[in-house]
Amino acid sequence: MTRKNRRLILVLGCVIGLGSATVLVFQAFRATGELFIVPSKIATNAPKADRNFRLGGMVESGSLQRFQDANRPAVRFRVSDGVASVSVEYVGILPDLFREGQGVVTLGKMRADGSFAAQEVLAKHDENYMPGDMADELKKTGWKPEQGAPPAAALWNAAKANTSSLQTPPGKVGG
Amino acid sequence: MTSVNTAPSPTAPLPDSVTGRNLHRFANPGRFLRLSGRVLPYVATIGVALTALGMIWGLTLSPADWQQGDAVRIMYVHVPAAWLASSGYAMLAAASLASLVWRHPLADLAAAEIAPVGAAFTALCLATGSLWGKPMWGAWWVWDARMTSVLVLFFLYCGHIALVRAFDDPQRGYRAGAILALVGVVNLPIIKYSVNWWNTLHQPASITLTGAPSMAPAMLWPLLLCALGGMFGFAAIVTARTRAAVMERRIRALTLAQVRAEA
Repeated sequence: MTRKNRRLILVLGCVIGLGSATVLVFQAFRATGELFIVPSKIATNAPKADRNFRLGGMVESGSLQRFQDANRPAVRFRVSDGVASVSVEYVGILPDLFREGQGVVTLGKMRADGSFAAQEVLAKHDENYMPGDMADELKKTGWKPEQGAPPAAALWNAAKANTSSLQTPPGKVGG
Repeated sequence: MTSVNTAPSPTAPLPDSVTGRNLHRFANPGRFLRLSGRVLPYVATIGVALTALGMIWGLTLSPADWQQGDAVRIMYVHVPAAWLASSGYAMLAAASLASLVWRHPLADLAAAEIAPVGAAFTALCLATGSLWGKPMWGAWWVWDARMTSVLVLFFLYCGHIALVRAFDDPQRGYRAGAILALVGVVNLPIIKYSVNWWNTLHQPASITLTGAPSMAPAMLWPLLLCALGGMFGFAAIVTARTRAAVMERRIRALTLAQVRAEA
C-alpha cells in the first residue's frame, strides 16, 4: 500500500467517523433542532405553563376572527397540524402572507384555558411558486388556498384541461 | 504523515503511481496556467452572458408569484447564491482532500482561493434571504435549522480564510485549512436536509433531482439560467484567482533566486 493510499484511507476514515458521530449527536438531540412544536405534541408533551415556546402549524380554514384590542388590530385563529388544533390570540400586525390555509410559526405561551397567547406570528411559505394567472385558473377548478397547498406543478396543465377531475390534496404542515 | 517540508515542489519529478501521474497532469502549475489561460475568457464571457440573460428574464419578464408578488424575484439571486455557497464548499473540500492525500501544490492554492469566493456567495445568500424573509415571513432572521446551518457554513469559510493565513510557514496553514475544510463537510448534508429532518421556517426544496419541480416553468427557466451563469462566474473567478496565486508564487521564487544570486 502506497503512502498516498494510506493517507486517503486515513482521511476518508476520519470524515466517515466524524460524520457518524454527528449523526448520532443529532439523533440524540433531535428535539433541539426543531423550530416549533405542533399542536398534537402539546397534548402529550405540554411545555411549562410560564415558558415561551414556538407553536407551528396551519391556520385552520374558517377559524380566523379579527377584533380590536385597545384600538389595536387583533386576531384569533386556530393552528392545526391535521390531528389537533390550538386557539391562538395575537395583537399586532400580521405578515403579508398570513391567511387561512397558510403555515404559521407563533411565539408565545399557553394560557390556563388552553389557548395560546402569541407575541409574534410568522408566516411560512411552502415550496410552491406559481404565477398569479395560474392561481386564478386553479381556483376556477375548485382549489381553495385556505384549504391547503396547490396541486403539484406537474399537474397544472392537466388541471386546466380537465377541471372536473382535480382533487385538492389535503393540506400539509410544512417542515 | 511526513514532514511538511517534503511536499513536492512545483518542478520536482513525479512519483510513479498511475493515478498520481494522471492527476498530476492537470495539477502541474505550468500546464494549468496554459490551459486555464486559454479557457478562462470563454468561461467568464459565458458566465456574464448567462447571468445577465437570466437576471433580465427573472427580474422583468418572468411572472410575479400569486401570493408573494414581485418579492419572489429575490429568488433569482438568493437561490443561485445558496447553491454556489454549498457547491463551492464541496469544491473546497475536494481541493483539501487532494492537498492532504496527493500533496498537490495547486490544490493548496485553489483551496485558499475558493474560500473567499464561497464566503462572498454565502454572505449574499444570507443577506438576500434576510431581505426576503422580512416582508414574507415577518422576520429578518430566525434560528431555524436551515438558516443556522448556512450561518455555520459562512463561519467555516471565514475560519478557513483566517487559518490558511495564520502561520509563518504557508504549508502549515494549507494543512490546517485542509483539515478544517474536511471536518466542515458534515455541514453540507445538514444544510441540504435541514428542511426535511427538522421543522423549520424555511420551506423544503422546490427543485429536487428526483421529483418534478414545484415551480412554474416561467419561473424555473430564468432561475436555472441564473444558476448556470453563476456557476460559470464562480468558476471564472476562482480560476482567475488561482492563476494570480500561481504567478505570485513564481514571482516570489524568482525574486528569492535573484536575491540569492546577488548575495
